[in-house]
Amino acid sequence: MNGTGLIELRNVSRWYGNVVAVNDISMSLGAGITGLLGPNGAGKTTLLNMMAGFLPPSRGELTVDGRPSWRNPEVFSTLGLVPERDSVYGFLSGFDFVRSTARLHRLADPDAAAHRAIAIVDMADAQDRRIATYSKGMKQRIKVAAALVHDPAILLLDEPFNGMDPRQRLHMMDLLEQMAAQGRTILFSSHILEEVERISGTIQVIVGGRLAASGDFRAIRRLMTSRPHVFLVRSSADRELGAALLGRPAVTGVEITPRGLQVRAADFGTFTRELAGLCREGDISLREVLPSDESLESVFAYLVAS
Amino acid sequence: MTARTVTQKRTVSPVPGMLNPVVFRITLRATLGRKRAFVFILIPVLLLAITVLLRLVAKSPSWPAEFLGVFGLSVVLPLTALIIGTSALGAEIDDGTVIHLLATPVSRLSVVTSKFAAAVVLTLAFGALPEFLAGAIAKGFADRLTIGLLVGAVLASVAYNAVFVMLSVLTTRAIAVGLLYLLVWEGLLGNFVGGVRVLSVGQYSVSVANAIARNSALNAHLTTGTATVMAVLVTVAALAVAGRRLSSFALKGDAV
Repeated sequence: MNGTGLIELRNVSRWYGNVVAVNDISMSLGAGITGLLGPNGAGKTTLLNMMAGFLPPSRGELTVDGRPSWRNPEVFSTLGLVPERDSVYGFLSGFDFVRSTARLHRLADPDAAAHRAIAIVDMADAQDRRIATYSKGMKQRIKVAAALVHDPAILLLDEPFNGMDPRQRLHMMDLLEQMAAQGRTILFSSHILEEVERISGTIQVIVGGRLAASGDFRAIRRLMTSRPHVFLVRSSADRELGAALLGRPAVTGVEITPRGLQVRAADFGTFTRELAGLCREGDISLREVLPSDESLESVFAYLVAS
Repeated sequence: MTARTVTQKRTVSPVPGMLNPVVFRITLRATLGRKRAFVFILIPVLLLAITVLLRLVAKSPSWPAEFLGVFGLSVVLPLTALIIGTSALGAEIDDGTVIHLLATPVSRLSVVTSKFAAAVVLTLAFGALPEFLAGAIAKGFADRLTIGLLVGAVLASVAYNAVFVMLSVLTTRAIAVGLLYLLVWEGLLGNFVGGVRVLSVGQYSVSVANAIARNSALNAHLTTGTATVMAVLVTVAALAVAGRRLSSFALKGDAV
């Protein structure tokens, strides 16, 4: 493998005119898998572009393998980038595309390198077809193969799961895990929490250009599930159910609205278990339970506040 | 799937890369595969068709120099170079495919020069060669005018493409800016202001053509020396600027 795989950011900011896209972020990434998580417009792409040398930081210091990446295409000898945009040379076959990339890296045996990279992403069957005929998931995988062809220590992927179906997503996730297990630094961005559920590594949550939370995924996951949830509950006897719910420690508030009960729960898991029990005891039939604040923004906003 | 890690060795290129064959080939295929390729394939067909027609019906003996010198060298060739030159790099910057070339250790200057070389080859094929053939239809292959047109067209293919490749890196509206340059700078100001001619690629090509053809209908205003030296200077300077700017090629994030 080429390079040490170390990415370091010290107080990195980036602004466009008056708009601050990335605000004073420091992090250090090494071998293993890291998810860069945040809503759209949070600054994830800006951050990845700066790491890959496609944007200079406005302030702060950013190094890849100890070298700044801006105006230094040599970083690509140890770094592979999978851009978010789906634009690839559609007239090339998958194999030609990956082999061309191997040649651009001046590898001694481009054919062998291309075969190896294509095997890693499991695209050997489709490698002779033109890329224009590929599905979204296949394009994504051939882009990964091209980014991997020179065996880099660092792989940056911008929204790699976008447009993939669940099966392709699992496959890509396994692939990233494997590469991380080989000692590579894998950094991928995503704006969908569920996408990173199975990840074993660490998470960096970015909201509004700031690092909102970082660390082990399970810890962040706990933060996310134990945050207060608001549900809309409709039943055959809203008032009775409301009174009973208020007696429970997992419930912090109940409001009677024309559309049903608005219940504020401190603990998501306990609340959902107790709700069913209460209904059974009181012989109340439950008509509807709707989470009313599951938007990503509310989840991320909670993480920022905590 | 393999868990084995193979360390890839790098070879040292014998010519440390002004012309990258991979970039060159991909650019040729990409440029020929775009829809706008129809335009630069159609233009030489029209040029040849009109030349044949004129050959059959034109009475004035000076029509070859007037038509092929003025229309061919000053209109058809610049437009062909404009479409090809802005397509070679500009179109790839627009649609984002260029990132796959830039996310490699290849020097940005050699990306520029390789794309420029591909654009020149295509402009020679779809601009200079038809101009030469048209000259041959009008006056025969060995005629001074035919040779002059060919040399002028080759020089124009080189210098125009350097300028248009540079514009592709400098602005996202390279075609519009290129058209303004051709129409306003070369077409309009060039006729009134002498100094402008020294900075007009069109004048370099017509002047060099005239040095061989010696035909007053060619409307040449520069000496051969000035035209040649300036053409070389403009080409080198434009490529250097393009290489510098591509080294600072920036992608914006989704925040804006």
